[in-house]
Amino acid sequence: MRRLLPAIVSLLVVGGVLAGLPFTLSAYHVALAAQVGIYFVAVLGLNILTGYTGQISIGHGAFMAIGGYTTAVMSQDHHTNLVLTMLMAFAICFVVGLLVGLPALRLSGVYLALATFALAVGVPQLPLKWSTFLGGRDGVQTSQTVSHLWLYGAAWTASAILFVLAWLVLRGRIGRAFRAVRDSEIAAVASGIELPVYKTLAFGISAAYAGVAGSLFVLATNGFAAPDEFGVILSLQLLVGAAVAGLGSLWGVLAGAAFVGLLPSVSSSVPVIGSDHGRDVVFGSAVVLVMLLLPDGFAGLLARLRRFARA
Amino acid sequence: MAAAATSRLEGLRSRGAALGGVIPPVSLLLVAAAAGLLVGSLRSEVFAQLTVQGLALGAVYGSLALALVLVYRATHVVNFAQGELAMATTYVAYQLIKWGLSYWEAFFATLAIAFALGTVLEVALVRPVQHRSVIAAVIVTVGLFILVDGVVNWIWGGDFKYMPSPFGTKVYDVGGVSIARLYFGMLGVVLISVLLVWALFRFTKLGLGMRAAALRPAESALVGVRVDWMLAIGWGLAAVLGAVAGLMAEPSQFVLEPTLMQPILVYAFAAAVLGGLDSPAGAVVGGLAIGVSLNLVVQYVPSISSELQAPFAFAVLVGVLLLKPSGLFGRREVRRV
Repeated sequence: MRRLLPAIVSLLVVGGVLAGLPFTLSAYHVALAAQVGIYFVAVLGLNILTGYTGQISIGHGAFMAIGGYTTAVMSQDHHTNLVLTMLMAFAICFVVGLLVGLPALRLSGVYLALATFALAVGVPQLPLKWSTFLGGRDGVQTSQTVSHLWLYGAAWTASAILFVLAWLVLRGRIGRAFRAVRDSEIAAVASGIELPVYKTLAFGISAAYAGVAGSLFVLATNGFAAPDEFGVILSLQLLVGAAVAGLGSLWGVLAGAAFVGLLPSVSSSVPVIGSDHGRDVVFGSAVVLVMLLLPDGFAGLLARLRRFARA
Repeated sequence: MAAAATSRLEGLRSRGAALGGVIPPVSLLLVAAAAGLLVGSLRSEVFAQLTVQGLALGAVYGSLALALVLVYRATHVVNFAQGELAMATTYVAYQLIKWGLSYWEAFFATLAIAFALGTVLEVALVRPVQHRSVIAAVIVTVGLFILVDGVVNWIWGGDFKYMPSPFGTKVYDVGGVSIARLYFGMLGVVLISVLLVWALFRFTKLGLGMRAAALRPAESALVGVRVDWMLAIGWGLAAVLGAVAGLMAEPSQFVLEPTLMQPILVYAFAAAVLGGLDSPAGAVVGGLAIGVSLNLVVQYVPSISSELQAPFAFAVLVGVLLLKPSGLFGRREVRRV
């Protein structure tokens, strides 16, 4: 219990601040904060896969697309409750993730990166092909839209639930198996860990998280799901978020999500470079600099500070 | 007879370390494919035009794929920014032409600039993360992707730019089939650049050093190869090949825009994996194969329309990875426990 105390206190503080934010911020900033919440969910999911089981994915934008289209299509065609569509996105992406995880068993490292990049490129093209069902280039519109405040609440409630879920999963037997797979597959197998089970399970969980994020992402764009929103850049941003957060740590995820969620908007209001394109310049250089200066991301920085404080 | 054949094969393997060792079944497959294309071209004019166009585009994909392979061999990094770098150097050429250079002066000046850019990037950005992890290296190149894209948009803007055509608009009549001079030009320029790079690796001491540094860094350092320099030069050469790809892609698209190389990067990945990620010859063959098959498939298979080109290329990529991860020419990676 003593060991958990700092963790619980910091969680409560973060939770309190997040609960208070909507009362002090303008509508625009609430929308931004909701955006961070959405990235939080997605980066958290990617971190379970890439950080804890060591399987790199540059294709999580594809799972977000599947989740987002689930929400948009269900809402448009069947007027399903939006929260219910998020649960459906979770379930559908979990299954799709398991299925993607199967071929991924044969791949690792650079090759897995390339294969998942294929997902990121390929999946957003599918609505163009099946345009009667998925709306083609024009996209699909949900039957109802939500306010910024609703979105903020939904995004951070989902974040809280999924964070606790991730913590529960990762602290026990499954999490130990994940880390063993990451550190040495052969040692893991030798200790009786079923490699295929855990590797595909990690893919499933991680995809399910991305699905929920995609669902929220669509609601954040006025309930509109279109292929262009789920481009390759989105997948790249998620990976950047996970790396900035620090792979294999849950505590840095907030920083990673804030980095990818806020930096583009913040940097476009900076003078001199404050154009649309200056934004990419700042974001790109920040990514490179963080990787060079903080090899273990924000979580690594935290750990270093903690050691420093103790010494 | 059999023994002679085996020893010849052995000879090929040891001699062609840089080429990954061509194996007979693959050559048979390639000969059959070439024969199929030839027969098709003789029977139908459209088929012939699509084939030549596909080969020209495929040469561009192959050139970028070769850049990826050189980088991968030198530093074991897959450079996601390779296409964006190629795009940026094409903009440099555009600017030089605007300043009054002729097309071919600008072409060669751009290659020199690309070389410098590639070397600097290796030293400044890649070297620090190269030995850390696959993920770190991938993310640095992803950051570079976003950065280069932003810089180009910032300097030149996102609107269409036009460059003079390097090969004019002449159309040749080849056995009753009309084919634009552009496509021969593209093929020619890319193949000459590839041959020059191959010759550099094969016949010069510098090339030998680079091959050694890529395959056995520690041992080559012991015999006096400047491994750091060799890896940086490898990146420089890759940037040059990328620039060639960009400069030849531009006339085929008729306009210059910041997204010029993004689809081409996708095809180049597919080409590099198809050929084997560590095989330079494989990258070129893979590029030609992807170029031709994309062109023909989109024309002749009704259910695959042009918006499915990228997914199709990646279906090829994933299929190759699952069935034969080492590609057509690559060597299987053997890992020691």
